[in-house]
Amino acid sequence: MFLSFSILGGLVAQAQDFIENAQVSGSFQTDAQYYMLDKGIGITDLNGKKLGINGFGKVNYTNGNFSAGMRFEAFMPELNGFRSELNGVGLANFFATYDNGFIGMTVGDIYDQFGSGLTFRTYEEWSLGMDNALRGARVVLRPAQGITLKAVYGRQRYFWAPYLERDFNADDYRGIVRGADAEWDLNQSIAALNESKFTMRLGGSFVSKKQADQSSFYNIPENVSAAAARINLGYGNWAFGTEYAYKINDPSAINNFIYKEGRALLSSLSYSQKGFGAVLQVKRTDNMSFKSMYTGKQNDLDINFIPPINYTHTHSLPSMYTYSTQPNGEMAAQLQVNYTIPKGTALGGKYGTKLAFNMSQVNDIVRDSVSFGNAMALNQPGTLGYTSKFFAVSDHRFFRDINFEVDKKISKDWHLTAQYINLYYDIETIEGHAGSPVVKANIGFMDVTYKINKKQSLRLELQGLWENEVHKGYEVEESEKKDYQKRGDWAFALLEYSINPHWSFSIADKWNYGNPVEEYRDHYFTGTVTYIKDATRVMLSAGRQSEGVVCVGGVCRTVPASSGVSLTVSTSF
Amino acid sequence: MTLLLMGLVVTGLHAQTKSDLPNVTLKDLNGKNVNISKLSNNGNPIVITFWATWCGPCIKEHNALNDVYEDWQDETGVKIYSVSIDDSRSTAKVKPVVEGKGWDFEILLDVNSDLKRAMNVSNPPHTFLIDGKGKIVYQHTGYFEGAEEELYEQILKISKKKK
Repeated sequence: MFLSFSILGGLVAQAQDFIENAQVSGSFQTDAQYYMLDKGIGITDLNGKKLGINGFGKVNYTNGNFSAGMRFEAFMPELNGFRSELNGVGLANFFATYDNGFIGMTVGDIYDQFGSGLTFRTYEEWSLGMDNALRGARVVLRPAQGITLKAVYGRQRYFWAPYLERDFNADDYRGIVRGADAEWDLNQSIAALNESKFTMRLGGSFVSKKQADQSSFYNIPENVSAAAARINLGYGNWAFGTEYAYKINDPSAINNFIYKEGRALLSSLSYSQKGFGAVLQVKRTDNMSFKSMYTGKQNDLDINFIPPINYTHTHSLPSMYTYSTQPNGEMAAQLQVNYTIPKGTALGGKYGTKLAFNMSQVNDIVRDSVSFGNAMALNQPGTLGYTSKFFAVSDHRFFRDINFEVDKKISKDWHLTAQYINLYYDIETIEGHAGSPVVKANIGFMDVTYKINKKQSLRLELQGLWENEVHKGYEVEESEKKDYQKRGDWAFALLEYSINPHWSFSIADKWNYGNPVEEYRDHYFTGTVTYIKDATRVMLSAGRQSEGVVCVGGVCRTVPASSGVSLTVSTSF
Repeated sequence: MTLLLMGLVVTGLHAQTKSDLPNVTLKDLNGKNVNISKLSNNGNPIVITFWATWCGPCIKEHNALNDVYEDWQDETGVKIYSVSIDDSRSTAKVKPVVEGKGWDFEILLDVNSDLKRAMNVSNPPHTFLIDGKGKIVYQHTGYFEGAEEELYEQILKISKKKK
C-alpha cells in the first residue's frame, strides 16, 4: 500500500516536473498560390491545377536535458516547381533527444553533418522542398574536454516513401546509411593551450551505405564507404581549414555507372582584423556524388554535401543565374575581401563606407580515357570511367562571377548600396539547355533607402542585366526559340514603402526588354503587401513570376513562370 | 483525474521558471563552445539575432544595430549575440565578413542549424529579446529600415539601467 502510494507519488512528482519545467514552442508556415491563365507569358493551360499549398506545423518540447519534436507537413497539392512526389499530408518528422553533456542520444529524424559535409550531411530546406533527414538513431559522446564522438544509423527520407525494409526492387528502395565521426579540439583538451593564440582542431569521419543491387545489367556494390579527414588551424588573425574526402567506387545514375573512386578537397585561408577581412577558398571534387539510392537523380537522397563556394546573390536579376554544384567534378576558387573605410576619413565620411569584392570561378576537371578491353574509353558505363590529374584544370569554364559592392550610409536618413557584377554562366551545363549560348553579362544593382521619419521609409531598387552577345539583334532560329526564354537584357525596378514595425507595401516590375525573341519581351509586374507582428508574417502578392531558379544553400529548384496570387503566412511561438 | 491533470497542465504553463533558451551548444569565432541555455549578461537584456552572409536584410539589420550598439550598451547594458546560420559553403566567410564590416557583436556559428530549429526560426533575419531571467519577451522577423527603434523600445522596457 505504502509502496504503491510512493510510486504514485513519485509518478505525480515526475509528471509535475514533466509539465512544470517544460517549454513548448513551435512554428507554422503556409505558402499558397492561386494560379491564373496568362497568355502574355505563355501560360495557356493550368493542367488542372488552380491552387497549390505547401504547409508545415512543428512543435518542440524541451525539459532540461530532454527534448522532442515533430513536424507535420501538407502539400495539397504542392506549389508549381516543387517535386510532385511531395503531394500528400502526414507526419514527416519526429525525434526525441536526451543530452546531458557527456552523452547525447537521439532517436527519430536526425539532422547532422560531419566536418564540412563531404561525407555526411542531412538537412532540411523548406523553401526548396528539400529534406534528406536520416531516420534512425544517433549517439554523441564527449568522453573528455574537447573530444566529440558521433555515430549515426538509419535510412533517409525520400518524400513520403515508407522507411521499412521492403522489396529490394521497389523504385523507392534506399539503402541504410551508417557513419561515425570524431573531433578533437586541442585547445579545449590541453590546459596549456586553453588561452593560446594558436588553435587546432582535428577530425575524421567514416560513412558507409548498404544498398541492394537492383540492376540486372551492372554489378552494383552493396557496401560503399567514404572517409574524410580535416584540420582547422588558427593563429591570431589567421585561420586555415581543409578537409579531404575519399569514396570507393559507387556506380550510379549520376556518374553514368562508372566504377571510379571519388575524391574531394576543400580548403580555406582567411585573415581578419577589425575593418578588414579576406578569405580564399579552393575546392576540387571528382565523382563525389554519394546517394543512398544509386538510381537517384537531381537532389534525391544525397548522403553528403558538396558546398558551392561562390558568392550567393539574393537580388532579383543577379540571382537569375545562380550556380549549382556539378556533382561529377569541379575545380573552384573563390576570393572575398571586405573592407570598411573608417569613419571620419575623406572617403569614409561620418559613418564609414563598406566595400566588398568577390571573385569566384568554377571549371571542369580534366578527364583522360582509360583502357577498356583493347580500346580506350572515356566515361563509359561499366568501366573505370576516366583518370584525372589532381591539379589539372579543364578549359571548360562553368561559371565565373566578379563583383564589387559599396555600402554607404550617406546621412542619417539616406542609405545606398550599389553592386557591379560581371558574370559568365555556362547555361548548357548548369541548366541542361543543350545548345544554348553561354550567358556573359554585366549586371548593375542599386538600392537606395530613405528614412522619412522614425517609422516610415522608402526603398528603391534599380537593376539591369546586359548580355554581351545575346540581345535584341541576335538571330534566333525559329526552332530554337524556346531556348531563349529569359535571355537577353533585363531591367528591374522595385519601390517599397514600409511602416515600422508592421507594414510594407511594394511594387516591382521585371522586364525582359532586350530578349532576341520579340514575343518574350515581357513585363513581370508584382505587387506585395507584408504584415509583420512579432514572429508572425503575412505576405500577400499578386502578379507574374518569371521562370527562374530559386537557390538556398547552393541547392536550387526551378520555378516555372506563373501568374496569380500568392499568400505566405508564418508564425512561431 | 482528468481535472487534476488539466490542473497540472494549467499550473505547469503558468509556472515556467526555467530559461526559455534551448540546451544547444554552438561555437564562437574562436572555436570556443557556448551553451545557449547558459547565456547570461548579469541580469541585463540579451538580444539573439539570426543572420547569414547571403541574407541582404540581415546585413542591413546588423549594420544598423552596429551603428547604435555602443549607445545601447551604455544605456541598457544589452548584449547582442549574432547567430550565423551559414553552412559549410560559407562558414569560412563569416569571420572575414564580420571583421570586414566592423561589427562588435558576439558571433556564434550555427552551421548545422541546430539552434535555428530549436528556436523555430523559419527565415532570417529573426531577432529575439531575452530578459535577465532568460525569458523570451519579444521577437521579430524580417527587417525594414528603422526596425531597430522598435527593438530598442522593447529593450528599454526590461532594462534595469533605465535612464
